[in-house]
Amino acid sequence: MTDTAPDHLSGHVTTRIGHNQKDLVEGATGPWEVIIGLEVHAQVTSEAKLFSGAATAFGAEPNTQVSLVDAAMPGMLPVINRECARQAIRTGLGLGAQINLRSVFDRKNYFYPDLPQGYQISQFTQPIVGEGRITVDLPDGESFEVGIERLHLEQDAGKSIHDQHPQKTFIDLNRSGVALMEIVSKPDIRSGEEAAAYLGKLRSILRYLGTCDGDMSQGSMRADVNVSVRRPGEDLGTRAEIKNVNSLRFVRQAVDYEVRRQIELIEDGGEVDQETRLFDANRGETRSMRSKEEAHDYRYFPDPDLLPLEFDQAFVDALAADLPELPDAKKARFIDDYGLSSYDAGVLVAERETAEYFEAVIDPAGAKRDAKLAANWVTAELFGRLNNADKDITESPVAAVQLGGLIDLIADDTISGRIAKDVFAEMFDSGQEAAAIVEEKGLKQITDTGAIESVIDQLIADNPDQADQYRQGNTKVAGWFTGQAMKATQGQANPQMVNQILKDKLGG
Amino acid sequence: MALDTDTVRRIARLARLHIPDADLEPLAGELSNIIGWVEQLAEVDTDGVAPMTSVVETTPHLRDDVVNDGGYPDRVLANAPDAEGEFFAVPKVIE
Repeated sequence: MTDTAPDHLSGHVTTRIGHNQKDLVEGATGPWEVIIGLEVHAQVTSEAKLFSGAATAFGAEPNTQVSLVDAAMPGMLPVINRECARQAIRTGLGLGAQINLRSVFDRKNYFYPDLPQGYQISQFTQPIVGEGRITVDLPDGESFEVGIERLHLEQDAGKSIHDQHPQKTFIDLNRSGVALMEIVSKPDIRSGEEAAAYLGKLRSILRYLGTCDGDMSQGSMRADVNVSVRRPGEDLGTRAEIKNVNSLRFVRQAVDYEVRRQIELIEDGGEVDQETRLFDANRGETRSMRSKEEAHDYRYFPDPDLLPLEFDQAFVDALAADLPELPDAKKARFIDDYGLSSYDAGVLVAERETAEYFEAVIDPAGAKRDAKLAANWVTAELFGRLNNADKDITESPVAAVQLGGLIDLIADDTISGRIAKDVFAEMFDSGQEAAAIVEEKGLKQITDTGAIESVIDQLIADNPDQADQYRQGNTKVAGWFTGQAMKATQGQANPQMVNQILKDKLGG
Repeated sequence: MALDTDTVRRIARLARLHIPDADLEPLAGELSNIIGWVEQLAEVDTDGVAPMTSVVETTPHLRDDVVNDGGYPDRVLANAPDAEGEFFAVPKVIE
């Protein structure tokens, strides 16, 4: 490795040693290794801004959530919002990171119309959170670790709107001064899929912690993706930075496109420029944003308006003791306590709300229902219907306790699994209780041996040919009889009992 | 430390200041004098002293997370050279 020392403006040192053959990308002239690091901007969940008492709520009328501090009027002074600092520390703890008891705010100087101060207040050499590490799961069940380089607090800028006027750009400063956490990963990511999975895991952790709502469509989370390629084992290549990618899918697409572009460029004898690019979601490609201007020179220096931020260890320890159960711990508990597969547990813990719903369904405090059955119902039937209805789990028309009620009816053989799906559909549409629907529609499973026997006797009498074939060992006909019996009982006969009685009657 | 005219031109540009070429040389001299004056501080022995961002031995006053400001777009826009509705308006900037 000839990479330079850690410095959040130049390349970081990867903590992922060696490479996985499957992660290599085949070019025309041989395999390439992809090196990716992400800088994620996550809006801190707070009522007021980082340095002023203006509101942070999304969607307000332009410039209505702007104080004179946010508009950088002369003489205005920033005052640190305690809650934003607390949330940053909690996030650092959730990322298993070092918390710096003393951190310093710096000015990052540049001019842009949506930055009224002419500088962004950020943290440069002494961020509030240092190195950490998270584990990321891939859909195939593999997992890998990503090092966290740092997390620092900084102000967001205002919003520029370019399409409202032919000659003018409109500026709304409502976002100006909103607290952001910039979370910088080490370059430990090796593919577009891994980059998306990392961002997804980060989002999950922040949402569990309640430190960022993770709403990427509203800009609460956005990623700058640094991508380079190299021959396996050789020195790092020149990286390009793709700015402001705002969905997991786009991260993956942007990386895949950029990797292909860089490989083809190098193989054709060209060189990758160290530059900023943007991802065009419509075309699925990255484009250079480089203007003719000279390279940025931010001239960071400590903000003389702000004293260093200091906390004592007891404060940090108290926050650590009060953290919620995070996804990894919850997943392990779901596997250990409920016997779920790693895959099911992973799906259920990805969103805190889903995990809470699931646990309310199985009611661990009370009845403790069949967890695997409940996991299937939540991840298959409930997710499927929520998806079709474009609702999330907090908007589910079927409450967790109601789904629990349905599962009870399956468990005690009141209804079959097949009928249960119909009942669930009805519950989803009407919000009614499972028991009420079963009662009202007379869907109770027939477990009365005599009733089933008489149905089967009738079937055998009506279909002597099929009965003969059954006796001669044609197993296909057995299935046909079961189907007919279920049909004759509107699906309400207990299928196991039907099969048993068929066997007894036809001497199978 | 003496600044050359190229450096003065560059930092003027970073500060969005237009300095006529004829003024660069004298300005370089003035700035070099200022830096030289401040550089006298280097004579103080600071071995073993961590770089300070403030000489005040105190922690900052922190605010509670309460919304108690904003809601006056008219005041925010009062000094804007140009505004459209409740937006600031600036010459079109597109990268």
